[in-house]
Amino acid sequence: MKDTVEIRWHGRGGQGAKTAALLLADVAFKTGKYVQGFPEYGPERMGAPITAYNRISASPITVHSNIYEPDYVVVVDESLLDSIDVTKGLNPKGAVIINSTRSKEEIEEHLHGYQGAVYIVDAKEISMKALGKNYPNSPMLAATVAVSKIMEREEFLAEMKASFQHKFAKKPEVIDGNMMALELAFKAAV
Amino acid sequence: MAVRERLSGNEAVAYAIKQVNPDVMPAFPITPSTEIPQYVANYIANGQIDTEFIHVESEHSAMSATIGASAAGARAITATSSCGMALMWEELYVAASNRLPIVLALVNRALSGPININADHSDSMGARDSGWIQIYAESNQEVYDNFIQAFPIAEDQRVHLPVMVCQDGFITSHGVENILLVEDDKVKQFVGEYEPEHYLLNETERMAVGPYAVSNYYMETKRAQRQAMCSAREVILEVAARFEEMTGRKYSFFEEYQMEDAEYAVVIIGSAAGTCKAAIEEIRATTGKKVGLIKIRVFRPFPEEEIAKALSHVKSVAVMDRSEMFAATSGPLGAEVRAAMYQAHNTADVVNYFYGLGGRDITVSDFKKVYDNLEMIAKTHVVTEMYEYIGLRSAQSEEV
Repeated sequence: MKDTVEIRWHGRGGQGAKTAALLLADVAFKTGKYVQGFPEYGPERMGAPITAYNRISASPITVHSNIYEPDYVVVVDESLLDSIDVTKGLNPKGAVIINSTRSKEEIEEHLHGYQGAVYIVDAKEISMKALGKNYPNSPMLAATVAVSKIMEREEFLAEMKASFQHKFAKKPEVIDGNMMALELAFKAAV
Repeated sequence: MAVRERLSGNEAVAYAIKQVNPDVMPAFPITPSTEIPQYVANYIANGQIDTEFIHVESEHSAMSATIGASAAGARAITATSSCGMALMWEELYVAASNRLPIVLALVNRALSGPININADHSDSMGARDSGWIQIYAESNQEVYDNFIQAFPIAEDQRVHLPVMVCQDGFITSHGVENILLVEDDKVKQFVGEYEPEHYLLNETERMAVGPYAVSNYYMETKRAQRQAMCSAREVILEVAARFEEMTGRKYSFFEEYQMEDAEYAVVIIGSAAGTCKAAIEEIRATTGKKVGLIKIRVFRPFPEEEIAKALSHVKSVAVMDRSEMFAATSGPLGAEVRAAMYQAHNTADVVNYFYGLGGRDITVSDFKKVYDNLEMIAKTHVVTEMYEYIGLRSAQSEEV
């Protein structure tokens, strides 16, 4: 793993891209890393494009700027591909992870010739199967961990289970579904 | 053992408030305020602290109620940001001139217009003449540490002044970072119980607060405020020394980063200092050029002599302002640093950059360009632009 891994998230307001970035910071923190998780705020409204960022490192992080040359880009909403150059500045040795039902070939036409790895994860299908609802951010989080290898699968799943048990203490029936969503997405992305 | 956590800057300040458990917090807990009163309201609702939370109808009322509570003898705090602080303006002066040891959590954001919600120092820099002590932070850790130190500074008998504890809007306020929290009992012991000397609810000592002062008295009041600000210097250092004993984290008026042998120096306030540090590490590692940084922590009182001394050996200096004051010359920090150097007969070349207004990002490569300019200026002694905007879009720029 590089000294500092930088990740950029693209989503739309209300889809949980910011939450996913903060969750990733959380889980990486729990495995002993130095982390940053921060959103870029524009006029806040449902459906507007939003960007969020992560830095994850073994040593303290002092940089407080946005990320222009990320190692990984995560696209939670594929409709953004038409209006945003999501792979701009993306490290060719890194990867872009896109939530889509389309084929890799179709998606690649929208990636401005990006030479690095492209992962397609159907987060909606996974979420519907595991939870019966479309919550794309958990599957995208798992896919990001799988692709970036910022932590081991077992470590990630154990930490996420602990945090779901805390978060859903009053509705434990949803824990299994959430864990299933993570496991399916982890499989889909490797 | 310190508690290893990851929190946003807003969460960190709210957590410090929980640990201090102040008597009263009047606040206007919606935009343009911060999440801080919201988190504190949660702590109160959950019975974790017994702070009296006063819901007010505006920020003017928030500061008014804080003043009333503080004058009555309570440890009183509030939190705000941006235009919210602008609405407190009149009351900021009332708080300071009545010598009330209020602590204000300020999230630095731009003032309108155009309407903008992002990081910018215009709010607190505009209030720099209001008589408040101002302490700034680079990171979530620093804003947490500064907030705890603010109480013993404000409440010291030699000071008796309000303190605003500032952090950069969104960059640290909404950004989650690693942080080391001090244990509750240690924080409580550090800030101690608040024992006001003179207060309205003391029935054995009748007093008035905020009376009219005719010309015969007004000027002495101002001189006394000035004295308090002068005395604050030693108190700030004493409190920092006690804090270092407790946590091992060292604080002063400013941080000197790689300044020992520096030839080219940046002087800056706030979160961008961390980005500048990364640039310094890269420049020193790749070119060996002697670049350094002074990060201002305490802007009021202004550490004039100390800054001049820290800059005494450099060849050129870039002072960087995150707010305009429309003097058509310097920004607020630029003017102060230049004056300090002049007093010390330091004739190093100085440039004053404006950056980051309304949340405009500043990057490691921007800082590298700043140091390149400083090197050029030191070599040629030609300063083509003494005042310059960094990161400005030009008419030719393709970026939108």
